[in-house]
This record gives sequence, C-alpha cells and structure tokens, in this order.
Amino acid sequence: MIHYIIRRFLYAFPLLMGVNILTFVLFFIINSPDDMARMQLGQKHVTEQAVENWKQQRGYDLPLLWNADAPQQEKITQTIFYQKSVGLFLFRFGVSDSGRNIGADIQERMWPSLAVAVPTLIVGLLVNICFALMMVLFRNSYLEHTGIVLCVILMSVSSLFYIIGGQFFIAKLLRLVPISGYDDGISAIKFLILPVLIGVFSGIGSGVRWYRTLFLEEVEKDYVRTARAKGLSETQTLFRHVLRNAMIPILTGVVVVLPLLFMGSLIMESFFSIPGLGSYTIDAINSQDFAIVRAMVFLGSVLYVIGLLLTDISYTLVDPRVRLS
Amino acid sequence: MSSLLSRQLLPLLHLYSRCCMKMLRCNVRLPVLMLLAAFLSACEVSGLNNPYGDEDEKLSVLYQSFSERPKHLDPAVAYSSNEYTFISQVYEPPFQYHYLKRPYQLEPLTATRMPDIVYLDQDGEKLGADANDSAIAFTDYLIEIRPNIQYQPHPALAKNAQGDYQYHRLTAGQIGSSATLADFNATGSRELVAEDYVYQIKRLAHPKIQSPIAEMMKNYIVGFDEFAKQLGDKPKVEIKDRPLAGAEVVSRYQYRIRIKGKYPQFIFWLAMPFFSPMPWEADAFYEQPGLADKNITLDWFPIGTGPYWLAENNPNRRMTLVKNPLFHGEAYPTEGEPEDKQNGLLDDAGKALPFIDKMVFMLEKETIPYWSKFLQGYYDASGIASDSFDQAIQFTGSGGVALTDAMREKGIQLQTSVAISSFYMGFNMLDATVGGSSEQARKLRQAIAIAVDYEEYISIFRNGRGIAAQGVLPPGIYGFTGDKEGINPYVYDGLGDTLQRKKIDAAKQLMSEAGYANGRDPKTGSALILYFDTTAVGVDDRPTMNWYRKQFDKLGINLVIRATDYNRFQQKMRGGNAQIFVWGWNADYPDPENFFFLLYGKNSKVQHGGENAANYQNAEFDRLFEQMRNMENSEQRYRIIQQMQALVRHDAPWVFGFHPKNFSLFHGWYKNLKPNLMANNTLKYQRIDTAARAEKRQVWNKPVFWPLILGGVFFVLMLIPAINAYRRRVRETIQ
Repeated sequence: MIHYIIRRFLYAFPLLMGVNILTFVLFFIINSPDDMARMQLGQKHVTEQAVENWKQQRGYDLPLLWNADAPQQEKITQTIFYQKSVGLFLFRFGVSDSGRNIGADIQERMWPSLAVAVPTLIVGLLVNICFALMMVLFRNSYLEHTGIVLCVILMSVSSLFYIIGGQFFIAKLLRLVPISGYDDGISAIKFLILPVLIGVFSGIGSGVRWYRTLFLEEVEKDYVRTARAKGLSETQTLFRHVLRNAMIPILTGVVVVLPLLFMGSLIMESFFSIPGLGSYTIDAINSQDFAIVRAMVFLGSVLYVIGLLLTDISYTLVDPRVRLS
Repeated sequence: MSSLLSRQLLPLLHLYSRCCMKMLRCNVRLPVLMLLAAFLSACEVSGLNNPYGDEDEKLSVLYQSFSERPKHLDPAVAYSSNEYTFISQVYEPPFQYHYLKRPYQLEPLTATRMPDIVYLDQDGEKLGADANDSAIAFTDYLIEIRPNIQYQPHPALAKNAQGDYQYHRLTAGQIGSSATLADFNATGSRELVAEDYVYQIKRLAHPKIQSPIAEMMKNYIVGFDEFAKQLGDKPKVEIKDRPLAGAEVVSRYQYRIRIKGKYPQFIFWLAMPFFSPMPWEADAFYEQPGLADKNITLDWFPIGTGPYWLAENNPNRRMTLVKNPLFHGEAYPTEGEPEDKQNGLLDDAGKALPFIDKMVFMLEKETIPYWSKFLQGYYDASGIASDSFDQAIQFTGSGGVALTDAMREKGIQLQTSVAISSFYMGFNMLDATVGGSSEQARKLRQAIAIAVDYEEYISIFRNGRGIAAQGVLPPGIYGFTGDKEGINPYVYDGLGDTLQRKKIDAAKQLMSEAGYANGRDPKTGSALILYFDTTAVGVDDRPTMNWYRKQFDKLGINLVIRATDYNRFQQKMRGGNAQIFVWGWNADYPDPENFFFLLYGKNSKVQHGGENAANYQNAEFDRLFEQMRNMENSEQRYRIIQQMQALVRHDAPWVFGFHPKNFSLFHGWYKNLKPNLMANNTLKYQRIDTAARAEKRQVWNKPVFWPLILGGVFFVLMLIPAINAYRRRVRETIQ
C-alpha cells in the first residue's frame, strides 16, 4: 500500500503543477501586475512611480513566465511564476499582496471553518441516515411518500433562504441564540448551534434521498431476504446488515469531502460572521490578491488529491475484496 | 439579570431534567448528558442571544461593527476610512479638527499651539506674511509639542534592568514561541519627542513602506525625493540617522517642516494620521526577521499616544480598543455652535476624555444580522441599508425625513449629514463628440446635464439620501452657497425659494443648436450614439444602467453601456478612451482647493496622470485656481470661487450629480453625538449610558420557548402513527 500511496503522490505532482500554471495564466490574463498595484494602492494620488515602486517591492516587476534578458537558468527563475509558485510545493505560501503571512492566516482561519463543518457533517450524516432508514423501513407507505415529497421540497429551497429564515426565526423572533458571531473555546458553542442546525437542515432533502436510494438497492438483495428468513426483525436487518453493506458508497462520499472541510463555506461563514477560510479566497479575488488566490487554489487541489487517496484507502478497510496495487 | 435568566430558563431546565431522567432510563451514555449540560450551562452564563461575554458588564463598552477588514494600520500607509476608524484613536498627529465648531477648524492636539508659519525666499531669507506668492520659495512650519506625553505600553519600548531594549534582539526561540504581540509579556513606554514626528515623515519617503502620499509629498517637502532615492532597499531603521532637509528636529519638543513654495492646505495634512509620531523603536522591533511570518508587524499592531490602544486585532472577527492607561489627558470641548448647548452637547464640557473604557468592533459582513443585532441592542449604532430603510425611516408631508414609530418607541436617534463628497457624471473633454471647447460640444453637454435628472436618481436609487449638486463644491466647504448665486443656471430655474430643473424642451432646443435635432447625428442620419463607461457589471446594476439609458433617450440619444471591470475601466480612463463616466471624490480636507483641483489642467489624467478625470482644460479656470489655492479665506477668495463655479457650469465638463447624505441611527443611550465629517478621532468624545443599555437589552431579548415545545409535541404526535404502522407491519403474517 505504501508504494501505491507514493505513486499516487507522484502522480499528483504534475497535476498540481498544471493547476498552478492554469491559475497563474488565468489570473494574469485578467489582471496585470499594474492592475494589482493600483488595487492595493487605493484610488487617491496613485502615480505611475508609485505603481512601479509597488511592483518592485513585491517582485511583480519581473516577466511573467520567461525572462529573456536574464542569463542561463535565470531565464526561468527570474520570473514571477517561478518566484511566486515554486515555494507552494514546499507549503511556503509566502506573503499576501497586502503584506500578511498567508500560512499564518490559513492556520488561524481553518479552525473556525472546521468548527462549523465537522459537526455539520457528522450530525448531518447521522440525521440523513436515520431518516433514510426510516423511509426504507416504511417503504411503500404514506410515510415514505410524504417523506419523499418533503425531501423534494427541502431540496428545492435555496440554502440562502434557510440561513436568513433560520436567523429570523430562531435568533430574531425566538431570541434563543446569537444571530451571528464567533468566539473561542467553549463559548463558541452558542454561535455554532444555528449554523450547524441550518447546515444540517438544508442538507436533509438531498442527503436523505441519496441514502434512501442506496438502502433500497441493498434491501432487495439476497442476503437481506436470508436475514429476514432467519427471523431477524426489520430494524435488526436494516441496522445490522443493510447499513453495513451500504457503507461503501456512503464512505466514498464522506471521505472525499473530509479534507475539503478545511476550506469552509463561503455563504455560511459570511452570514454568521464566522472567521473561517470560506471567505478568505473570495475576499482575495475581490481585492486581486494573487498571492492568496494561488495559495488557496493550490491548497484546495492538494486537499482534493488527498481526499481521493483517502477514499481509495478507505475502500480497503470496509471491503476486504478491494486491494490497492 | 441572573434571576431573570433563571426564570426564563426554568421551562427549558424542567424539560431538560425530564429528558435526562428518560435518557437515563434508556441507558443513554454519559457523554451525551455532559454535552447537553455544557451547552445549557454555556447558555445560562452568557445569556441566550447575547453575542458578548459578561466580563465587560462593569465597564463602559461601545459595540460597533465593521464590514471590511482594514488592510493597513501603519499610519504611513493607511488611507481608507475603515482604517482611520481604528488608527485615529491610537495615533495622534500634532493637530486635530475641533469636535463641535463649524465651519471645520483645526486646533492643537499634541502641539502646544498652531504652528509658526514662516515664508522664505530663494536665499532662505524670511519674508513677511503678506509676501507675494511668486517671491515665496519655501514655507517653514515650526511645531512645538507638549512635554510629558507618553506612548502606550508596548513591548518595543520595554527595557531590561540594564536599560537595554528587551525585545530588540530576539532569538529564534523567542520568536518561535510567540504567536502574537501579547506573547511578549514585558512592556515599556517613553516620552513623545519631536524626533518621533520627524522620523515618521522620513518613513513616508521610504520606498519599502510605500506610503500612498509619498509621490505627492515629493512635490512639497524639501529634499523628500532625494531622501527616498538614497534609501532604496535599505532597512527602515536606517532613516533614523539620515537627515531629511525638509524635516528636522529643532529641540526635544520642536521640529520644523520645510515645504516648497506656498501651500496653505499643508496644515490640513498635519491633522491626518500620516503625520503622526512614530518611535524608531517600533521599526527596530518589528523589522526583526521572523516576526513578519507571524504577522506581528507595525501594519497590524500600532503604537501610539492616543486615548486608546489596540488590545485585540483579529480583523476576521473582532477588533478591540482599550483605554490607554498612559493617555496624556484631554478635556471635552467647552465651546461649540449655539445650538450645541441646547442639544446637550456641552453637558460634559471640561470633563476628562475619553469616556468609554473599551470599544469592541465586530466583523459583520451581511446587513441582515447587523441590523437585527442593532435592534436587539447589541450594536450601539448602525447605518441604514436599503432593505431596512422603510423599517427605519419615513418621509414627512413636507418632504423631510423622520424615524418610524417602531424606531421612536425604541428610543433610537437619527442623525443625518451631507457628506463632503461629490459624485458627478464626467465627459472626456478629449473626446471628439462630447469633449472640447466648441459651442456644439458644450451645448450637447449642457443638454445632457438637463436631461439626466439626478433628483430622480436620488429618489429611486438612494432612498432620498442625497442632494442634487449645483456645482463642484459640496456643502460645508468654503465657497459653497445655498442662495441664488449657488444655483446652476444652465440646468435649473430658480422659482422663488424653490429650484426647478429646466424642462426637457430646453434640453432639446440645445440639442438642435448643437446640430443634433431630435437626437439625430447628422453624419449618420440615425440616433446619436454615446458611450457610457462603467464598472457596473453586476445584475444589481442593471436598473441603474437602464435609468441612465432612459435619461439619454429623452433627447433621442442612444446610450451604449460599456461595462468593464475596475482595472479595464481605469485603463480606459488613463488612456483617454472613455467617453462618459461617473466618478466621485471624497474630501481630504475642508478646502475648496481639494475639489477644484479635480478640474485643474495640470492635473489632467491623460496628460499628467492626475485626478482631473475629465481632462478639462480652461486657461482662465487654471489661472483662477492658481490664484485661489494659496489664498486665505476672504471675500476675494469667495468671489474667485464663484467665478470658477460659473466657468465650470458654463463649460459643463461634468454633469453635477449629487452629494450623498449620511443617515445614521444611534440608540438613546449613546451620548455626545455630532456628525464631524473631517475628524476621525471622535470616539473619545462619545459616551455610553451602560445602565440604560443593560435595562433595554433585558427587555428586548427575552427568549421565547413555546414554539420549541409546540414543535417537540408536534414531532412526537407525528411519530405515534409511524410507530403504530411499524408495529402493525412487524406483526403482519405472510399470507
């Protein structure tokens, strides 16, 4: 398995390089270093000299990809791409264009993102699986039909509505929790209740329907009939046998998103003023901070690759028939 | 409060204990119970919807919000209002704006008096105060600061027993174990000296610091450019011992700034944070390698002498200013405008500042939670977003504005003020169709000025928050006049006391005279096509763009919207490729020069890269501007300003748009409020009645539990048929 993991990481290297080049090219097609300088320097009293000075101080006065005037290997190394992107492979994110250390920012902001995303994922998973199993339990009854209709309705509503509606009803009308904000340690709980609740609720529609499909596929199989035939109750059959065998697709879906939990949720964090990573990238795009954009895109890609790898590994844990080679 | 909370929590606790018993019977595991208990106890301690802890209950705390994190807190770099909100409470330039007096006037802050201004000729010889402008080669500003002013306690100033700076030679271990400035336990202070002001002026010149006013100051401060060139990539602290000809220390408490020629507006710059003092120790401390990697920089952790210091800087969540224990002391003003006394603004006259112990600024990006928290009493002040405007404001029969009954019942106060800003629609005067000084182009511009109905714009898009502009100057700036002389006669007719925009027929007549009868372009025979360059690319901007099209359509002109992103737009403006655009200007200081320079020929954007975005060139206007800018306010200056206004109204390089009107809401417990659009350090004058706030918060934030209980009961009732159905199914026998 070690060989497999090493090979996968080596495969990831050109992939990440490609992502890096693509981000770089896309960013600089839209923004020139001059544009970035003007965005950072503000709107008043910005002269050409000030722009040149900003570029020189930040290393944006070099050519983008190829330095024809430089000797030998410096033709490549004395470029914006090399100077700004190579450090990423060593997880040196560098300094943002506004002067802050990106690595320190990411370390600081990932915890609030995780504080919302992890409980939302766990609670959401439990709730969705429970409801899906209940619907399977009562399949072909009015309860299942009502449940499906409710799920479709829940799926059809925008997540923004749940956020605003939840804030209005629970925080404003009932005044049970703060409407927004965040705090450290145990004090964070009261701020997390509402976003987690809304995160779980907004995911019920699609989640329950997806898991119901998985379970329905399983309940028709021979081993389930055998379990029933040997006298197990329906609940025992569902929870002991069906759930365990349906774990593979569930695991696939869950493990792949685990690393991405670090990246947070833009809308949720914005509405609840949670200082996570969700809004970090968008803020950077708005302020044309290339250093942050490339760091976050790179980090997102790395986490996605790790997610896929973890999924493959988790297959071997839940299904002995799968071997990594 | 705790007893009240206990009463409110009683039903929940009862429910909780019943659940506990049931769960225990059901063998539910201990961790679940502990989690529930922790949640409930957390709620009980801090209140149910109170976003703040109760550790500040005994202090006078101001709660406000910010929507965008400040980029810079270094006074040499910061230039945005959201940055000034913080640094103006920390840093103290030598002068400040009087809080109550109008028109705005400067007064000493750390200075003992207003500066001694000396004019010098080319040979450095003193000239009289009435010297001819052309004879003045240099102007000296001699500033004396007060003794015994101390810096806030700061690690950069901490000294050990031997008298050496404790943290100026940090080891890798010390840096590695520090995550924030607060991890450096020892702090120190020292007296503010004139050298600190000079040091900061030198910092403005350092290329590494990249001050936004560096390029401009090169034109004024003697030797500034040469000093900047000498520095290059040298460390910041090196500027300490390098002389700058235009800024020198005279004595421990005196320093002199020498500028080129005469520039009376320079005094206003001395009231801005750019010219605040900076101890050299700050750069010596923060420039140590490794600290920037931890985001421990001067740009993030200020060091000043002001009434507050930045105790917490987490702009992703919260920024906290706390009273500076070493503040030199200042008294609340004893004079103001005549109505200030009856408005209670002089009740605290002579009392020691600041009144507020702590200021908490919370990040609030969305308007809905922001507004809700304000109504719950968790923010002391609020702006009014367009979606909550109708909830807060109603228009009276006479066209005035007033708070709605719901707001009045809460004791909320409304404060309105016209911003010292101008928004305008500009014509590129280099453009072949709308630009130039020809009669045809001028009449076309005048016709458009009549057709674009900014009163309607203010009503539709700004909820009435603004006043239509009649000229270059906004109210509050010397030279602005609200009487007949202040009317733009090319766009408005004065009917008695009221103003009436000219009928569209007058505009059509001008179009005919310009050779565009019915909006037809004689060259093509079809509708004249004009291009509107804008950054309004979003879906939300469509109504505004449609409105502009409609205004031009009144004249038969086909307006083509060319929407691009901000950078492309700037590029077009720099290259003179835009035709019609909208632009705005916020005053740096309350002087007409700061607005008229937007039309000064030598500031044209295309030729000189300046702020004259319309590229307007008029020799007479430029002559008057050069005469006016160096004058003291006087009858003669006033007359020149009116002449300049008349010229611009006639030439119409701008369609004068509007001056925004700020609407702010404050709770009744927020005292000593007077809009001061020039000063940023006003929080020290303000006061909070904390007892009144606590009482109101209790009344407004009683939790409501019954819908929860009802929901729970409903859920249980829903489960009964499901359980019955399941039981039936289990008991079913196969037929």
